[in-house]
Amino acid sequence: MNRQRLSLWWFAGTLLFALLSMLVPLPGALEPFKPYWPALFLLYWSLESEDRVSLGLAFAIGLAADVLNGVVLGEQALRLCALVFIALRFRSRLRFFPMWQQTLAVLALLLNDRILLLIVRMLAGGTLPPASWWISPFVGAALWPFLFLLLDDLRARLRIQ
Amino acid sequence: MARARDESSPLFAGNAAGTLRLIVYLALAVVLMVLDQRNGWLWRLRYTAAAVVEPVYRLAGLPAAGVRTMSVAFADRQRLTEQNQRLREDLLLANAKLNRMSAVAEQNQRLKELLDTQRSLELNVQLARVIDVDLGAYRYQLTLNLGARDGVKAGQPVIDAHGVMGQVKEVLPTTAVVMLVTDPAHAIPVVIERSGLRTVAYGSRDGNQLTLPNIPLAADVRAGDRLLTSGLGGRFPPGFPVGEIRSVAPASTGMFQVAQAQPAADIDRSEDVLLLHDQAEPDGPPAPVKPMGPPRDLTPAAGDLPASPAVAKPATPATTRGTQP
Repeated sequence: MNRQRLSLWWFAGTLLFALLSMLVPLPGALEPFKPYWPALFLLYWSLESEDRVSLGLAFAIGLAADVLNGVVLGEQALRLCALVFIALRFRSRLRFFPMWQQTLAVLALLLNDRILLLIVRMLAGGTLPPASWWISPFVGAALWPFLFLLLDDLRARLRIQ
Repeated sequence: MARARDESSPLFAGNAAGTLRLIVYLALAVVLMVLDQRNGWLWRLRYTAAAVVEPVYRLAGLPAAGVRTMSVAFADRQRLTEQNQRLREDLLLANAKLNRMSAVAEQNQRLKELLDTQRSLELNVQLARVIDVDLGAYRYQLTLNLGARDGVKAGQPVIDAHGVMGQVKEVLPTTAVVMLVTDPAHAIPVVIERSGLRTVAYGSRDGNQLTLPNIPLAADVRAGDRLLTSGLGGRFPPGFPVGEIRSVAPASTGMFQVAQAQPAADIDRSEDVLLLHDQAEPDGPPAPVKPMGPPRDLTPAAGDLPASPAVAKPATPATTRGTQP
């Protein structure tokens, strides 16, 4: 009973942490290297505990991120919905990939996410971002194995689902 | 929902219900985006959600503040002494300039009194700190630690020690969002200091620069010219440095010259900024002068009419303005 509640708190806490890390500023030079944390954490949870992550949750997290970020309401909701949908669709395959293949899949997902964002910004009348804008998905994919192992390890230590 | 899916084969979990839900959510998101783009009611939502959002911002700003205090705590003595020395010299210089300025200001005051205008050189400002929060790479915004409770209003100009930074765009109860002059959606009326040419500086689409896209071909503009606020439009008071022109080239249409300028303010390095409180004159031409009749000296009974209408007049616009919000 208690353990279940703990695991729920842990789940919510990691997602909140992801939103917070999205807001934490980096020094100017490192700015383009910042990965899209909410996507990484949502990916982890959609691979590890499918019954908790749904499209509705992705939508809600996206809306919260939009409100916090001050961007157009619905932008990140759209992106995270698409991301979680693909992850849930191929979940059983992604889970049994070796780590390097999984990393490549995450890279593809994050690149897809950037393309979606680009389309949304273009439709809203934005301009083409500089080349450094495309670094972030690669950083996210490079961090993925570490994030995955760290979260898995923490989960095993806390003995929660 | 998840239970229902377990019944089908989990390896081929491509059921139509999931796709349908995705489509519904995507449509919802698109509708939200369009509505928000049209009406901008995200800000109203944000204002109501401010009670939640603000602590989150402060929390997210903590690491940056921590790094800053750490860098002060562990900075070596030599650098601090050097910095101190430099600041002392700057202060001395600034004081010397101020002393000279005060004489000029006094003279200006006298001349203005002679001209019968009420504008003064004094600044009514409020110091604000920038909360370090990353609002996405392509949002040209800053968050300040003052809000509606401290008397901040939308539209107030924000400056730092070197020049104009932007204007307050949205006010939450205890924070305010500043739109920077480098925002592509921002325009500021400027005057070129050397030639007196009036034009408009827009935020540049590529990075922290300003663009002046419509300078007449015949106008005399060079790299190195300084830009000041012109005070037209009534948003920014006149005479504040905005930037310095870096390059001038004819536009692709051949009708105008386009200049690129570097903002004078430390857009990405300022930690403390000033909020200007005295708003410039409202838009439009000055109010017509009220006919007051012959000068007072010429009226026969000068002593009987001390409360002339000119004294009571300025109070009325102030009250009508106060009821506006």
